[in-house]
Amino acid sequence: MGMTMAEKIIAAAAGVEEVKPGDIHTVELDRLMSNDGTTHLTIDMYNKLKNPHIADVNKLVWIVDHNVPCDSVKTAASHKKMRDFAREHEITFYEGAGVCHQVMMENHVTSGELIFGADSHTCAYGAVGAFGTGVGCTDYLYAMVTGKSWLLVPETLRFELKGKLPKGVYARDLILTIIGQIGANGANYMAMEFGGEGLKTLNISDRIAICNLCVEAGAKTALMEVDEITRAYLKEHGREPKHAFQSDGDANFAKVYEIDLSAIKPIVAKPHFVDSVVDAKECVGTHIDEAFLGSCNNGRIEDLRAGAEVIKGKKVHPLVRFLVVPASQTVYEQALEEGIIKTFMEAGAIVMNPNCSVCWGSCQGVIGENEVLISTGTRNFKGRAGHKDSFVYLASAATVTASAIKGEIATADMI
Amino acid sequence: MEKFSGKVWVLGDDIDTDIIIPTEYLALETVKDMAPYAFSPLRPELAAQIKQGDIIVAGKNFGCGSSREQAPEIIKALGVKCVIAKSFARIFFRNSINNGLLLIENEKLRDVVSEGDDIAVTLNQAIEYHGETYEIASLPKNLMDIINAGGLVKAMRKLNGLD
Repeated sequence: MGMTMAEKIIAAAAGVEEVKPGDIHTVELDRLMSNDGTTHLTIDMYNKLKNPHIADVNKLVWIVDHNVPCDSVKTAASHKKMRDFAREHEITFYEGAGVCHQVMMENHVTSGELIFGADSHTCAYGAVGAFGTGVGCTDYLYAMVTGKSWLLVPETLRFELKGKLPKGVYARDLILTIIGQIGANGANYMAMEFGGEGLKTLNISDRIAICNLCVEAGAKTALMEVDEITRAYLKEHGREPKHAFQSDGDANFAKVYEIDLSAIKPIVAKPHFVDSVVDAKECVGTHIDEAFLGSCNNGRIEDLRAGAEVIKGKKVHPLVRFLVVPASQTVYEQALEEGIIKTFMEAGAIVMNPNCSVCWGSCQGVIGENEVLISTGTRNFKGRAGHKDSFVYLASAATVTASAIKGEIATADMI
Repeated sequence: MEKFSGKVWVLGDDIDTDIIIPTEYLALETVKDMAPYAFSPLRPELAAQIKQGDIIVAGKNFGCGSSREQAPEIIKALGVKCVIAKSFARIFFRNSINNGLLLIENEKLRDVVSEGDDIAVTLNQAIEYHGETYEIASLPKNLMDIINAGGLVKAMRKLNGLD
Protein backbone atom coordinates (compact mmCIF):
# COMPACT_ATOMS: atom_id res chain seq x y z
CA MET A 1 0.00 0.00 0.00
CA GLY A 2 1.32 3.43 -0.88
CA MET A 3 1.89 6.15 1.69
CA THR A 4 0.95 9.82 1.97
CA MET A 5 3.51 12.59 2.53
CA ALA A 6 2.68 12.69 6.26
CA GLU A 7 3.11 8.92 6.54
CA LYS A 8 6.46 9.01 4.70
CA ILE A 9 7.86 11.74 6.96
CA ILE A 10 6.79 9.88 10.10
CA ALA A 11 8.18 6.58 8.77
CA ALA A 12 11.55 8.25 8.07
CA ALA A 13 11.60 9.90 11.51
CA ALA A 14 10.66 6.60 13.19
CA GLY A 15 13.25 4.64 11.18
CA VAL A 16 10.67 2.18 9.82
CA GLU A 17 9.71 1.11 6.28
CA GLU A 18 6.00 1.70 6.53
CA VAL A 19 3.41 3.32 8.80
CA LYS A 20 -0.37 3.52 8.63
CA PRO A 21 -2.98 5.81 10.19
CA GLY A 22 -3.70 4.92 13.81
CA ASP A 23 -0.19 3.55 14.49
CA ILE A 24 1.74 5.22 17.28
CA HIS A 25 5.46 5.70 16.63
CA THR A 26 8.37 7.07 18.55
CA VAL A 27 9.99 9.64 16.28
CA GLU A 28 13.27 11.52 16.16
CA LEU A 29 12.59 15.25 15.82
CA ASP A 30 14.59 17.49 13.49
CA ARG A 31 13.85 20.83 15.09
CA LEU A 32 12.17 22.26 18.19
CA MET A 33 10.80 25.81 18.11
CA SER A 34 9.55 27.65 21.18
CA ASN A 35 8.49 31.28 21.74
CA ASP A 36 7.90 33.62 24.66
CA GLY A 37 4.26 32.54 24.92
CA THR A 38 5.24 29.50 27.00
CA THR A 39 9.05 29.02 27.13
CA HIS A 40 9.20 30.33 30.72
CA LEU A 41 6.95 27.42 31.74
CA THR A 42 9.21 24.93 29.94
CA ILE A 43 12.25 26.35 31.75
CA ASP A 44 10.48 26.09 35.14
CA MET A 45 9.71 22.42 34.47
CA TYR A 46 13.23 21.77 33.13
CA ASN A 47 14.79 23.21 36.27
CA LYS A 48 12.73 20.85 38.45
CA LEU A 49 13.99 17.72 36.65
CA LYS A 50 16.35 15.50 38.61
CA ASN A 51 18.75 15.13 35.68
CA PRO A 52 18.19 18.12 33.40
CA HIS A 53 19.75 17.57 29.99
CA ILE A 54 19.25 18.77 26.41
CA ALA A 55 19.46 15.94 23.86
CA ASP A 56 20.77 18.09 21.00
CA VAL A 57 20.99 21.81 21.50
CA ASN A 58 21.41 22.36 17.73
CA LYS A 59 17.79 21.36 17.22
CA LEU A 60 16.44 24.11 19.45
CA VAL A 61 15.32 27.52 18.17
CA TRP A 62 13.89 30.02 20.65
CA ILE A 63 12.15 33.15 19.46
CA VAL A 64 10.81 36.12 21.42
CA ASP A 65 7.91 37.41 19.32
CA HIS A 66 4.67 37.53 21.32
CA ASN A 67 5.46 40.59 23.47
CA VAL A 68 8.18 42.53 21.64
CA PRO A 69 9.34 44.91 23.00
CA CYS A 70 8.00 43.72 26.31
CA ASP A 71 5.13 45.66 27.77
CA SER A 72 5.29 44.98 31.50
CA VAL A 73 7.61 44.04 34.33
CA LYS A 74 6.12 40.52 34.30
CA THR A 75 6.89 39.90 30.62
CA ALA A 76 10.35 41.44 31.12
CA ALA A 77 11.01 38.79 33.78
CA SER A 78 9.72 36.04 31.50
CA HIS A 79 11.93 37.24 28.62
CA LYS A 80 14.96 37.49 30.89
CA LYS A 81 14.47 33.93 32.05
CA MET A 82 14.31 32.78 28.41
CA ARG A 83 17.25 34.94 27.25
CA ASP A 84 19.51 33.88 30.14
CA PHE A 85 18.72 30.19 29.67
CA ALA A 86 19.30 30.41 25.91
CA ARG A 87 22.67 32.12 26.47
CA GLU A 88 23.77 29.64 29.13
CA HIS A 89 22.88 26.62 26.98
CA GLU A 90 23.91 28.20 23.63
CA ILE A 91 20.45 27.83 22.13
CA THR A 92 19.79 29.62 18.80
CA PHE A 93 17.90 32.69 19.94
CA TYR A 94 16.03 35.50 18.19
CA GLU A 95 14.50 38.55 19.78
CA GLY A 96 12.66 41.13 17.71
CA ALA A 97 13.60 39.42 14.42
CA GLY A 98 9.99 38.63 13.62
CA VAL A 99 7.05 36.35 14.25
CA CYS A 100 8.39 32.88 15.07
CA HIS A 101 6.99 31.00 12.08
CA GLN A 102 8.23 33.59 9.60
CA VAL A 103 11.69 33.54 11.23
CA MET A 104 11.68 29.72 11.05
CA MET A 105 10.71 29.75 7.36
CA GLU A 106 13.37 32.33 6.48
CA ASN A 107 16.19 30.67 8.41
CA HIS A 108 15.64 27.04 9.34
CA VAL A 109 12.85 24.85 7.95
CA THR A 110 13.46 22.47 5.06
CA SER A 111 11.43 19.83 3.20
CA GLY A 112 10.90 16.45 4.85
CA GLU A 113 11.73 17.56 8.38
CA LEU A 114 9.62 16.70 11.41
CA ILE A 115 9.31 19.74 13.66
CA PHE A 116 7.60 20.38 16.99
CA GLY A 117 6.74 23.96 17.84
CA ALA A 118 5.27 25.13 21.12
CA ASP A 119 2.75 27.14 19.13
CA SER A 120 -0.37 25.95 17.36
CA HIS A 121 0.48 27.55 14.00
CA THR A 122 3.63 25.43 13.57
CA CYS A 123 1.75 23.64 10.76
CA ALA A 124 2.88 26.60 8.58
CA TYR A 125 6.11 24.69 7.80
CA GLY A 126 4.20 22.43 5.43
CA ALA A 127 4.59 25.25 2.91
CA VAL A 128 7.96 23.69 2.02
CA GLY A 129 6.86 20.11 2.71
CA ALA A 130 7.97 19.89 6.35
CA PHE A 131 5.77 18.17 8.95
CA GLY A 132 5.31 20.89 11.58
CA THR A 133 2.95 20.38 14.47
CA GLY A 134 2.01 22.39 17.55
CA VAL A 135 2.55 21.00 21.04
CA GLY A 136 2.27 22.23 24.61
CA CYS A 137 5.26 22.92 26.83
CA THR A 138 5.27 19.47 28.48
CA ASP A 139 5.56 17.71 25.11
CA TYR A 140 8.19 20.29 24.18
CA LEU A 141 10.17 19.61 27.34
CA TYR A 142 10.06 15.84 26.75
CA ALA A 143 11.33 16.35 23.18
CA MET A 144 14.00 18.81 24.33
CA VAL A 145 15.33 16.35 26.92
CA THR A 146 15.08 13.14 24.86
CA GLY A 147 15.20 14.41 21.26
CA LYS A 148 12.16 12.24 20.62
CA SER A 149 8.41 12.07 21.08
CA TRP A 150 5.46 9.87 20.14
CA LEU A 151 3.09 10.55 17.27
CA LEU A 152 -0.18 9.00 16.23
CA VAL A 153 -0.04 8.61 12.45
CA PRO A 154 -2.84 10.86 11.14
CA GLU A 155 -5.23 10.17 8.32
CA THR A 156 -4.77 12.55 5.39
CA LEU A 157 -7.26 14.81 3.63
CA ARG A 158 -6.05 15.59 0.13
CA PHE A 159 -6.87 18.91 -1.52
CA GLU A 160 -6.46 18.72 -5.28
CA LEU A 161 -6.06 22.28 -6.52
CA LYS A 162 -6.82 23.31 -10.09
CA GLY A 163 -7.01 26.63 -11.91
CA LYS A 164 -5.71 29.97 -10.70
CA LEU A 165 -6.97 32.51 -8.16
CA PRO A 166 -8.68 35.49 -9.88
CA LYS A 167 -7.04 38.90 -9.59
CA GLY A 168 -7.82 40.47 -6.21
CA VAL A 169 -8.36 37.09 -4.56
CA TYR A 170 -5.67 35.71 -2.28
CA ALA A 171 -4.45 32.48 -0.65
CA ARG A 172 -6.00 33.83 2.55
CA ASP A 173 -9.42 33.79 0.87
CA LEU A 174 -8.75 30.26 -0.34
CA ILE A 175 -7.89 28.77 3.05
CA LEU A 176 -10.76 30.59 4.80
CA THR A 177 -13.08 29.13 2.14
CA ILE A 178 -11.72 25.62 2.78
CA ILE A 179 -12.06 26.00 6.58
CA GLY A 180 -15.63 27.22 6.09
CA GLN A 181 -16.30 24.18 3.93
CA ILE A 182 -14.88 21.48 6.23
CA GLY A 183 -15.51 23.22 9.59
CA ALA A 184 -13.38 24.16 12.61
CA ASN A 185 -12.82 20.50 13.45
CA GLY A 186 -13.14 19.14 9.92
CA ALA A 187 -9.52 17.97 9.94
CA ASN A 188 -9.20 17.21 13.65
CA TYR A 189 -6.23 14.85 14.27
CA MET A 190 -5.66 14.74 10.48
CA ALA A 191 -3.06 15.96 7.99
CA MET A 192 -4.19 18.32 5.21
CA GLU A 193 -2.22 17.76 2.01
CA PHE A 194 -2.27 20.12 -0.96
CA GLY A 195 -1.24 19.32 -4.52
CA GLY A 196 -2.35 19.39 -8.11
CA GLU A 197 -1.75 21.73 -11.02
CA GLY A 198 -3.24 24.70 -9.14
CA LEU A 199 -0.46 24.52 -6.56
CA LYS A 200 2.03 25.70 -9.19
CA THR A 201 0.22 29.07 -9.30
CA LEU A 202 0.84 29.66 -5.56
CA ASN A 203 4.14 31.10 -4.32
CA ILE A 204 5.75 30.23 -0.97
CA SER A 205 4.06 33.15 0.78
CA ASP A 206 0.66 31.87 -0.40
CA ARG A 207 1.58 28.37 0.72
CA ILE A 208 2.60 29.58 4.19
CA ALA A 209 -0.73 31.44 4.54
CA ILE A 210 -2.62 28.27 3.64
CA CYS A 211 -0.66 25.78 5.79
CA ASN A 212 -0.47 28.15 8.77
CA LEU A 213 -4.25 28.36 9.08
CA CYS A 214 -4.94 24.62 8.79
CA VAL A 215 -4.89 24.27 12.58
CA GLU A 216 -8.09 26.33 12.52
CA ALA A 217 -9.69 23.28 10.89
CA GLY A 218 -8.15 21.16 13.68
CA ALA A 219 -5.35 19.73 11.53
CA LYS A 220 -2.32 18.08 13.10
CA THR A 221 -0.20 19.25 10.19
CA ALA A 222 -0.46 20.64 6.67
CA LEU A 223 1.75 19.61 3.76
CA MET A 224 2.37 20.99 0.29
CA GLU A 225 3.95 18.90 -2.43
CA VAL A 226 7.60 19.79 -2.96
CA ASP A 227 8.16 21.28 -6.43
CA GLU A 228 10.43 23.67 -8.32
CA ILE A 229 8.97 26.65 -6.44
CA THR A 230 9.91 25.00 -3.12
CA ARG A 231 13.40 24.16 -4.33
CA ALA A 232 13.96 27.69 -5.61
CA TYR A 233 12.86 29.17 -2.24
CA LEU A 234 15.13 26.84 -0.29
CA LYS A 235 18.07 27.50 -2.62
CA GLU A 236 17.58 31.25 -2.28
CA HIS A 237 17.77 30.78 1.51
CA GLY A 238 20.84 28.50 1.31
CA ARG A 239 19.12 25.21 2.13
CA GLU A 240 18.53 21.83 0.49
CA PRO A 241 15.55 19.51 1.09
CA LYS A 242 16.12 16.76 3.64
CA HIS A 243 13.56 14.62 1.78
CA ALA A 244 11.31 15.63 -1.11
CA PHE A 245 8.42 13.23 -0.54
CA GLN A 246 5.29 13.03 -2.66
CA SER A 247 2.28 10.89 -1.82
CA ASP A 248 2.22 7.60 -3.75
CA GLY A 249 -0.38 7.11 -6.50
CA ASP A 250 -2.05 4.40 -4.41
CA ALA A 251 -1.80 6.25 -1.08
CA ASN A 252 -4.93 6.08 1.06
CA PHE A 253 -6.66 9.43 1.67
CA ALA A 254 -9.56 9.75 4.11
CA LYS A 255 -11.16 12.08 1.58
CA VAL A 256 -10.14 13.97 -1.55
CA TYR A 257 -11.48 17.47 -2.20
CA GLU A 258 -11.21 19.14 -5.59
CA ILE A 259 -10.83 22.88 -5.29
CA ASP A 260 -11.20 25.18 -8.29
CA LEU A 261 -9.09 28.22 -7.47
CA SER A 262 -10.77 30.33 -10.15
CA ALA A 263 -14.09 30.07 -8.25
CA ILE A 264 -12.73 31.54 -4.98
CA LYS A 265 -13.95 35.02 -3.97
CA PRO A 266 -12.88 37.54 -1.30
CA ILE A 267 -13.98 36.05 2.03
CA VAL A 268 -14.62 37.32 5.55
CA ALA A 269 -14.75 35.12 8.67
CA LYS A 270 -17.24 36.64 11.09
CA PRO A 271 -16.98 36.67 14.90
CA HIS A 272 -16.37 34.44 16.82
CA PHE A 273 -15.37 31.41 14.73
CA VAL A 274 -12.83 30.99 11.91
CA ASP A 275 -15.23 28.69 10.04
CA SER A 276 -18.00 31.30 10.16
CA VAL A 277 -17.16 32.47 6.64
CA VAL A 278 -19.21 34.48 4.17
CA ASP A 279 -18.65 36.23 0.86
CA ALA A 280 -16.92 39.52 1.83
CA LYS A 281 -19.66 41.41 -0.01
CA GLU A 282 -22.17 40.26 2.64
CA CYS A 283 -20.22 42.17 5.32
CA VAL A 284 -19.75 45.38 3.36
CA GLY A 285 -20.78 48.38 5.45
CA THR A 286 -20.05 46.76 8.84
CA HIS A 287 -18.57 49.43 11.13
CA ILE A 288 -14.92 48.95 12.21
CA ASP A 289 -12.72 50.71 14.79
CA GLU A 290 -9.37 49.12 13.96
CA ALA A 291 -7.68 47.28 11.10
CA PHE A 292 -4.63 45.03 11.39
CA LEU A 293 -2.28 43.96 8.58
CA GLY A 294 0.33 41.56 9.90
CA SER A 295 0.91 38.19 11.67
CA CYS A 296 2.54 34.88 10.75
CA ASN A 297 -0.43 34.31 8.49
CA ASN A 298 -0.43 37.46 6.41
CA GLY A 299 2.42 39.83 7.26
CA ARG A 300 4.84 39.00 4.44
CA ILE A 301 6.07 41.31 1.69
CA GLU A 302 3.44 39.99 -0.73
CA ASP A 303 0.68 40.94 1.76
CA LEU A 304 2.15 44.39 2.40
CA ARG A 305 2.37 44.93 -1.37
CA ALA A 306 -1.31 43.97 -1.74
CA GLY A 307 -2.27 46.46 0.98
CA ALA A 308 -0.02 49.22 -0.39
CA GLU A 309 -1.52 48.86 -3.84
CA VAL A 310 -4.97 49.53 -2.39
CA ILE A 311 -3.99 52.46 -0.15
CA LYS A 312 -1.44 54.30 -2.33
CA GLY A 313 -2.51 57.94 -2.53
CA LYS A 314 -5.49 57.36 -0.18
CA LYS A 315 -5.98 58.02 3.53
CA VAL A 316 -6.90 55.84 6.48
CA HIS A 317 -10.42 56.75 7.68
CA PRO A 318 -10.12 59.32 10.52
CA LEU A 319 -12.03 57.10 12.98
CA VAL A 320 -9.91 53.99 12.30
CA ARG A 321 -6.56 52.91 13.74
CA PHE A 322 -4.74 50.98 10.99
CA LEU A 323 -1.86 48.87 12.34
CA VAL A 324 0.71 47.58 9.84
CA VAL A 325 3.13 45.02 11.30
CA PRO A 326 5.66 43.34 8.97
CA ALA A 327 6.12 39.66 9.92
CA SER A 328 9.92 39.93 10.14
CA GLN A 329 12.80 42.39 9.98
CA THR A 330 13.65 40.98 6.55
CA VAL A 331 10.12 41.76 5.37
CA TYR A 332 10.34 45.22 6.99
CA GLU A 333 13.62 46.02 5.21
CA GLN A 334 12.24 44.87 1.88
CA ALA A 335 9.11 47.00 2.41
CA LEU A 336 11.32 50.01 3.19
CA GLU A 337 13.31 49.46 0.00
CA GLU A 338 10.17 49.20 -2.09
CA GLY A 339 8.69 52.39 -0.61
CA ILE A 340 5.78 50.43 0.87
CA ILE A 341 6.36 51.65 4.43
CA LYS A 342 6.30 55.24 3.17
CA THR A 343 3.02 54.56 1.36
CA PHE A 344 1.41 53.26 4.55
CA MET A 345 2.78 56.10 6.67
CA GLU A 346 1.65 58.78 4.23
CA ALA A 347 -1.81 57.23 4.37
CA GLY A 348 -1.84 57.56 8.17
CA ALA A 349 -1.21 53.93 9.16
CA ILE A 350 0.64 53.08 12.38
CA VAL A 351 3.65 50.99 11.27
CA MET A 352 5.13 48.86 14.03
CA ASN A 353 8.04 46.52 14.66
CA PRO A 354 7.65 42.83 13.76
CA ASN A 355 5.78 40.92 16.48
CA CYS A 356 2.55 38.97 17.05
CA SER A 357 0.73 42.18 17.95
CA VAL A 358 -3.06 42.23 18.29
CA CYS A 359 -3.39 38.83 16.58
CA TRP A 360 -2.97 37.26 20.03
CA GLY A 361 -4.54 40.11 21.98
CA SER A 362 -1.59 41.34 23.93
CA CYS A 363 1.19 43.92 23.80
CA GLN A 364 -0.09 46.22 21.06
CA GLY A 365 -3.36 47.45 19.67
CA VAL A 366 -5.83 45.51 21.81
CA ILE A 367 -9.42 46.61 21.31
CA GLY A 368 -11.90 47.81 23.91
CA GLU A 369 -15.49 46.97 24.84
CA ASN A 370 -17.82 46.64 21.84
CA GLU A 371 -15.04 47.60 19.42
CA VAL A 372 -14.64 45.92 16.05
CA LEU A 373 -11.37 44.82 14.43
CA ILE A 374 -10.83 43.59 10.89
CA SER A 375 -7.66 41.55 10.80
CA THR A 376 -5.28 39.45 8.73
CA GLY A 377 -4.48 37.58 11.97
CA THR A 378 -5.06 33.93 12.70
CA ARG A 379 -8.13 33.88 14.94
CA ASN A 380 -11.39 35.67 15.69
CA PHE A 381 -12.37 33.91 18.92
CA LYS A 382 -14.46 35.83 21.45
CA GLY A 383 -12.15 38.17 23.34
CA ARG A 384 -9.12 37.12 21.26
CA ALA A 385 -8.02 40.69 20.45
CA GLY A 386 -8.87 42.37 23.74
CA HIS A 387 -12.12 42.96 25.64
CA LYS A 388 -14.38 39.92 26.05
CA ASP A 389 -17.17 41.88 24.41
CA SER A 390 -15.35 42.87 21.23
CA PHE A 391 -15.52 41.56 17.66
CA VAL A 392 -12.92 40.33 15.17
CA TYR A 393 -13.48 39.80 11.43
CA LEU A 394 -10.77 37.97 9.45
CA ALA A 395 -10.00 38.87 5.83
CA SER A 396 -7.19 39.26 3.28
CA ALA A 397 -4.65 42.11 3.32
CA ALA A 398 -6.50 43.80 0.44
CA THR A 399 -9.91 43.63 2.16
CA VAL A 400 -8.45 44.79 5.50
CA THR A 401 -6.74 47.77 3.84
CA ALA A 402 -9.85 48.71 1.87
CA SER A 403 -11.84 48.59 5.13
CA ALA A 404 -9.27 50.82 6.88
CA ILE A 405 -9.84 53.45 4.18
CA LYS A 406 -13.64 53.24 4.26
CA GLY A 407 -14.09 52.96 8.05
CA GLU A 408 -16.33 49.98 7.44
CA ILE A 409 -15.85 46.57 5.86
CA ALA A 410 -15.12 47.05 2.16
CA THR A 411 -13.49 45.09 -0.65
CA ALA A 412 -10.57 46.44 -2.68
CA ASP A 413 -12.65 46.85 -5.83
CA MET A 414 -14.71 49.50 -3.98
CA ILE A 415 -11.68 51.79 -3.52
CA MET B 1 -12.57 -0.25 37.63
CA GLU B 2 -12.58 3.26 39.13
CA LYS B 3 -16.03 4.84 39.56
CA PHE B 4 -16.87 8.41 40.44
CA SER B 5 -19.81 10.76 40.21
CA GLY B 6 -20.06 14.52 40.03
CA LYS B 7 -22.18 17.55 39.31
CA VAL B 8 -22.29 18.63 35.68
CA TRP B 9 -21.59 22.03 34.07
CA VAL B 10 -22.75 22.17 30.45
CA LEU B 11 -20.93 24.10 27.70
CA GLY B 12 -21.40 24.35 23.91
CA ASP B 13 -19.35 23.56 20.79
CA ASP B 14 -15.89 25.00 19.95
CA ILE B 15 -14.94 26.07 23.48
CA ASP B 16 -11.57 27.57 22.51
CA THR B 17 -8.43 28.15 24.53
CA ASP B 18 -9.03 31.92 24.62
CA ILE B 19 -12.38 31.21 26.34
CA ILE B 20 -10.71 28.78 28.76
CA ILE B 21 -8.04 31.36 29.62
CA PRO B 22 -7.95 34.76 27.84
CA THR B 23 -4.54 36.10 26.80
CA GLU B 24 -4.68 39.05 29.20
CA TYR B 25 -4.50 36.71 32.23
CA LEU B 26 -1.60 34.58 30.94
CA ALA B 27 0.87 37.07 32.42
CA LEU B 28 -0.33 36.22 35.95
CA GLU B 29 2.29 34.32 37.86
CA THR B 30 0.63 31.02 38.70
CA VAL B 31 -2.14 28.82 37.36
CA LYS B 32 -3.90 29.38 40.69
CA ASP B 33 -3.91 33.15 40.00
CA MET B 34 -5.35 32.55 36.52
CA ALA B 35 -8.04 30.03 37.53
CA PRO B 36 -10.68 32.60 38.66
CA TYR B 37 -10.73 33.94 35.06
CA ALA B 38 -11.36 30.56 33.41
CA PHE B 39 -14.20 30.70 30.89
CA SER B 40 -14.66 34.42 31.70
CA PRO B 41 -15.42 35.67 28.14
CA LEU B 42 -18.35 33.24 28.05
CA ARG B 43 -19.46 32.82 31.68
CA PRO B 44 -17.57 35.12 34.09
CA GLU B 45 -19.28 33.56 37.14
CA LEU B 46 -18.49 29.94 36.25
CA ALA B 47 -14.98 29.56 37.70
CA ALA B 48 -16.21 30.56 41.19
CA GLN B 49 -19.13 28.12 40.97
CA ILE B 50 -17.12 25.02 40.00
CA LYS B 51 -16.36 22.79 43.00
CA GLN B 52 -13.88 19.98 43.53
CA GLY B 53 -15.03 16.83 41.72
CA ASP B 54 -17.41 18.58 39.29
CA ILE B 55 -17.57 17.49 35.66
CA ILE B 56 -17.69 19.63 32.49
CA VAL B 57 -19.79 18.31 29.61
CA ALA B 58 -19.35 20.06 26.26
CA GLY B 59 -20.00 19.79 22.54
CA LYS B 60 -17.59 19.23 19.68
CA ASN B 61 -14.01 20.53 19.30
CA PHE B 62 -13.41 21.37 22.98
CA GLY B 63 -10.06 23.13 23.50
CA CYS B 64 -9.54 24.30 19.91
CA GLY B 65 -7.04 27.07 19.27
CA SER B 66 -3.77 27.83 21.00
CA SER B 67 -1.20 25.36 22.34
CA ARG B 68 -1.20 27.21 25.70
CA GLU B 69 -0.87 24.48 28.30
CA GLN B 70 -2.36 26.70 30.96
CA ALA B 71 -5.79 25.74 29.53
CA PRO B 72 -5.94 22.15 30.84
CA GLU B 73 -3.88 23.12 33.91
CA ILE B 74 -6.50 25.68 34.93
CA ILE B 75 -9.41 23.29 34.43
CA LYS B 76 -7.57 20.85 36.68
CA ALA B 77 -6.78 23.59 39.20
CA LEU B 78 -10.50 24.38 39.47
CA GLY B 79 -10.99 20.84 40.74
CA VAL B 80 -12.72 19.51 37.63
CA LYS B 81 -12.58 15.70 37.72
CA CYS B 82 -12.94 15.24 33.98
CA VAL B 83 -14.18 16.87 30.78
CA ILE B 84 -16.65 14.92 28.66
CA ALA B 85 -17.09 16.28 25.13
CA LYS B 86 -18.30 15.19 21.72
CA SER B 87 -14.70 15.70 20.51
CA PHE B 88 -11.48 17.40 21.59
CA ALA B 89 -8.98 19.47 19.60
CA ARG B 90 -5.75 17.51 19.31
CA ILE B 91 -3.21 19.86 20.94
CA PHE B 92 -5.55 20.28 23.92
CA PHE B 93 -5.96 16.49 24.08
CA ARG B 94 -2.20 15.92 24.35
CA ASN B 95 -1.77 18.78 26.81
CA SER B 96 -4.53 17.40 29.05
CA ILE B 97 -3.04 13.93 29.20
CA ASN B 98 0.39 15.46 29.86
CA ASN B 99 -1.07 17.37 32.81
CA GLY B 100 -3.14 14.52 34.22
CA LEU B 101 -6.56 15.89 33.22
CA LEU B 102 -8.97 13.09 32.28
CA LEU B 103 -10.85 13.56 28.98
CA ILE B 104 -13.74 11.37 27.83
CA GLU B 105 -15.31 11.45 24.38
CA ASN B 106 -19.05 10.85 24.11
CA GLU B 107 -21.28 11.94 21.26
CA LYS B 108 -24.70 11.70 22.98
CA LEU B 109 -24.52 12.86 26.61
CA ARG B 110 -24.16 16.59 25.85
CA ASP B 111 -27.53 16.76 24.13
CA VAL B 112 -29.51 15.16 26.97
CA VAL B 113 -27.78 16.23 30.18
CA SER B 114 -28.98 19.20 32.24
CA GLU B 115 -26.65 21.50 34.12
CA GLY B 116 -26.61 20.84 37.86
CA ASP B 117 -27.50 17.15 37.54
CA ASP B 118 -25.20 14.39 38.78
CA ILE B 119 -23.69 11.77 36.48
CA ALA B 120 -21.77 8.61 37.36
CA VAL B 121 -18.69 7.54 35.40
CA THR B 122 -17.13 4.08 35.36
CA LEU B 123 -13.71 4.70 33.89
CA ASN B 124 -13.10 3.26 30.43
CA GLN B 125 -16.59 1.72 30.42
CA ALA B 126 -19.68 3.91 30.69
CA ILE B 127 -21.47 6.99 31.96
CA GLU B 128 -24.79 6.63 33.79
CA TYR B 129 -27.36 9.42 33.76
CA HIS B 130 -31.09 9.29 34.58
CA GLY B 131 -31.12 5.50 34.31
CA GLU B 132 -29.50 5.51 30.85
CA THR B 133 -26.04 4.12 30.10
CA TYR B 134 -23.69 5.85 27.65
CA GLU B 135 -20.74 3.73 26.57
CA ILE B 136 -17.28 5.28 26.43
CA ALA B 137 -14.09 4.09 24.78
CA SER B 138 -11.16 3.07 26.92
CA LEU B 139 -7.95 5.04 26.79
CA PRO B 140 -4.77 3.05 26.06
CA LYS B 141 -2.92 1.89 29.17
CA ASN B 142 0.12 4.13 28.57
CA LEU B 143 -2.10 7.23 28.50
CA MET B 144 -4.00 6.13 31.63
CA ASP B 145 -0.66 5.61 33.38
CA ILE B 146 0.27 9.23 32.57
CA ILE B 147 -3.10 10.56 33.81
CA ASN B 148 -2.94 8.49 37.00
CA ALA B 149 0.59 9.67 37.73
CA GLY B 150 -0.63 13.29 37.45
CA GLY B 151 0.99 14.08 34.10
CA LEU B 152 3.87 13.19 31.77
CA VAL B 153 6.71 14.62 33.87
CA LYS B 154 5.52 12.79 37.00
CA ALA B 155 4.98 9.59 35.01
CA MET B 156 8.55 9.74 33.65
CA ARG B 157 9.94 10.34 37.14
CA LYS B 158 8.05 7.29 38.36
CA LEU B 159 9.19 5.22 35.38
CA ASN B 160 12.82 6.21 35.95
CA GLY B 161 12.62 5.46 39.67
CA LEU B 162 13.17 9.10 40.67
CA ASP B 163 10.16 9.32 43.02
